[in-house]
Amino acid sequence: MFGNLDLATLQKLWWLLASVVGSLFLFLNFVQGGQTLIWQLGKTEREKSLIINSIGRKWELTFTTLVLFGGALFAAFPKFYATSFGGAYWVWIAILFTFIVQAVSFEYRRKPANLFGPLVYEAFLFINGAVGILLIGTAVGTFFTGSNFVLNEYNLVKWTNPMRGLEAAQNIFNISLGLFLVFNARVLGALYLLNNIDFTGMDNFKKRTRSAVLTNFIAALPFLLVVLIGLLTMNGFGVNPATGAVSIVPFKYLKNLIEMPIVLVILLVGLGLVIFAVYTARFQNKDNGIWFAGLGTVLVGLAIFFIAGYNNTPFYPSKVDLNSSLTIFNASSSHYTLTAMTYVALIIPVVLAYIAYVWKQMDSKKLKSEELEGPDAQENY
Amino acid sequence: MLEQIDFATVNWARAQFALTAMYHWLFVPLTLGLTFLCAFFETIYVKTGKEEWKALTKFWMKLFGINFAIGVATGIILEFEFGTNWANYSWMVGDIFGAPLAIEGIVAFFLEATFFAVMFFGWNRVSKGFHLFSTWMVAIGSNLSALWILVANGWMQFPTGMAFNPDTARFEMKNFFEVVFSPYAISKFTHATTSGFVLSSLFVIAVASYYLARRRHMLMAKRSIAVASVFGLIASLMLAFTGDEAAFVDAKHQPMKLAAMEGLWNGTSNAPIVAFGIINGMKEPGDFQDPFVVEFKIPGLLSLLANRQPGSFVPGINDLVFGNKKQGITGAEEMIEKGRLAIRYLDEYKKAKKQGDISAASSALSEFNKYKDFLGYGHLKSPGEAVPPVSITFYSFHIMAAAGTAIILIFLLFLFYSVRGNIERATWLYPIGIIFFILAFVAGEAGWVVAEVGRQPWAIQGLLPVSVARTDIAPANVKLTFFMFLITFTLLLIAEIRIMLKQIQIGPKEVN
Repeated sequence: MFGNLDLATLQKLWWLLASVVGSLFLFLNFVQGGQTLIWQLGKTEREKSLIINSIGRKWELTFTTLVLFGGALFAAFPKFYATSFGGAYWVWIAILFTFIVQAVSFEYRRKPANLFGPLVYEAFLFINGAVGILLIGTAVGTFFTGSNFVLNEYNLVKWTNPMRGLEAAQNIFNISLGLFLVFNARVLGALYLLNNIDFTGMDNFKKRTRSAVLTNFIAALPFLLVVLIGLLTMNGFGVNPATGAVSIVPFKYLKNLIEMPIVLVILLVGLGLVIFAVYTARFQNKDNGIWFAGLGTVLVGLAIFFIAGYNNTPFYPSKVDLNSSLTIFNASSSHYTLTAMTYVALIIPVVLAYIAYVWKQMDSKKLKSEELEGPDAQENY
Repeated sequence: MLEQIDFATVNWARAQFALTAMYHWLFVPLTLGLTFLCAFFETIYVKTGKEEWKALTKFWMKLFGINFAIGVATGIILEFEFGTNWANYSWMVGDIFGAPLAIEGIVAFFLEATFFAVMFFGWNRVSKGFHLFSTWMVAIGSNLSALWILVANGWMQFPTGMAFNPDTARFEMKNFFEVVFSPYAISKFTHATTSGFVLSSLFVIAVASYYLARRRHMLMAKRSIAVASVFGLIASLMLAFTGDEAAFVDAKHQPMKLAAMEGLWNGTSNAPIVAFGIINGMKEPGDFQDPFVVEFKIPGLLSLLANRQPGSFVPGINDLVFGNKKQGITGAEEMIEKGRLAIRYLDEYKKAKKQGDISAASSALSEFNKYKDFLGYGHLKSPGEAVPPVSITFYSFHIMAAAGTAIILIFLLFLFYSVRGNIERATWLYPIGIIFFILAFVAGEAGWVVAEVGRQPWAIQGLLPVSVARTDIAPANVKLTFFMFLITFTLLLIAEIRIMLKQIQIGPKEVN
């Protein structure tokens, strides 16, 4: 069935699948956003506990989605995996580090004899939510601004900047994308808490959470503007489909939006949904904004990945040697592997279905503070 | 000691992989088995409806959760480390190696991640039946993840189902099913998961023994021991069986590893197993030194285990380095020469293609095709480089095998007293249970040392040595991350052990 598809179709399909996984990760970053809100919104031990237990029941989904994003890129675009992880070494190591400390923090924070005390584990969660997401955004920024590497005739990578990837943080566009994602994650986090926690008798806590939605959105705006203006005005990287040669193309990403109007629609609808969610949460006292903002974030994510990889655009361009740039066509796995993996991907709807079913089962009742304080209090985070 | 360490990137990258993998393997076996034990316990609870089984299930689940978190923390780095420290590897074999990693994420990790939340927080949110189902899903999910990563590891030990593409300069997959159902994949999966079941059963037995010794939670402890000793006994017998299978496939596909495991330098018919021995660490390929300082051999047994044929020939390290015409063995020496030709013709092919010289390219390619199977050997500097560290491999193998055999007896003893119903009087058995729990950790780690050190210098057996597989990066970077991981993982391990011990001390909730 899939074996009959030509290589270019499979490559585009796998860029789509990787984009979907990456965008779902951005939505699931409500966990990371929530982690950065623990101290700000949780004024009492009970409030903190509610926040941590609310997002703590979802953290593994986010984590696993990141791992799958890595795995999917490895399987479908191994040249990216080799070039970026091996080349931009320190960015990825730093990102991973924040996820390593996150993984133990929910479980260990309140357990007796945990060596560091709860504050340190809360700090780990904050670092993961703030620094981790900032650096991921910065790394995604290099999809547009380019990196410093050369590939030899055996496709092996040599990174030409001794900062090994950290140099990406010197670029205002990359940093702005990172900060936008951090504040957007905080918007999502606050929206998720609004929807997930039973705030009965905790009006101030709820009010604080509600206003955090708007304040974080306002904080995200300038960075969003820098990113949007940057995308629309910057010189981008384009690849000649006939020769495969890469060159600098003025207004390349603006052109991508014009030449792929559907992506422009996806981007605008996505942003619109986030704004709608923020507005209804703050001014109409709605609690279900997470679904609109979540879908909106997924759409914005998709638009970012589509602009970066489709329409003859190298998704991982090299600034120092244009022709080393990675495109979805030169960085992918073989026809055979992409075909095999496409069969495997047929299981994804099943996975999404059981995740949705379990999510619904688990969240049909809101999280009450009594649950965390009863005789089974020990069993919670 | 320190002078001998080569401070090059590749050795720091190796050290880092060994460090992170060994830390990860402290937690994974417990996850693999304890989740099944939790599922058994909860099944009994649902069948009997007795609250004390629920309390028992919840207690072991709590310990499972503490262990699981740090298993996740140490696991993520392994996936990405292939990219960060082994970039050339990631490109050269990513077409094959990436697939099982992605499949692991899709089919296994999401099962764990999704149903884990139900297992811990769903007691009052979902039905009893759905909760039990979730616990089983976590058990199946974690073992499925082991399946896919061990398929990947099995492929590194015995690369199959692929071909080298000179244009992309990488290996590409040709047969997915050959990769998944390779004898190594099956052998690795069964051996590693059963070792996890054994270790988890010993964990339950050790904790329960502690309670019996303290005369606390006696009923819960006895019940836990009964279930764990049955599970452990079955698993330990499986472990011995799959271990035998592992040695058999090694003999076929990694004869050098097998020779190192037994310290066999000169191949022989009717080859013996060294039941006990002290290695002469100074011995080099081709010299006439005695391989052992002290040894106690069982004649003929290695021939039987390796080839399942009494009296058959088992090649030694020297045969594999220098070749053995009589036995039809091509030595590393000859393979290196052919491999260098492969590298040369590949290079000529690349250059000719770049210059558009089609006839030169095609003649270089046809020459390359003659030698391409030896491409990996062409990167070795000397035939001696094809020999793994013999002492480490030998001792690790013998510690693992001895401990694994003794563990069967321990389960038999615990089961015997459980069935007789007087385990509370067999006080002498408790410390043995605890000691063997620790020994099982040592054996499990030793097993991985045999598997991985025993196949050095190869990242992919015979195709890609570690020296080529590495990332082009200054050693200082990798050295720094090595120490970052060492410190972080050690601190987290201390935290984990302290939390675990505290929870064991607190003990399960007593149900009246």
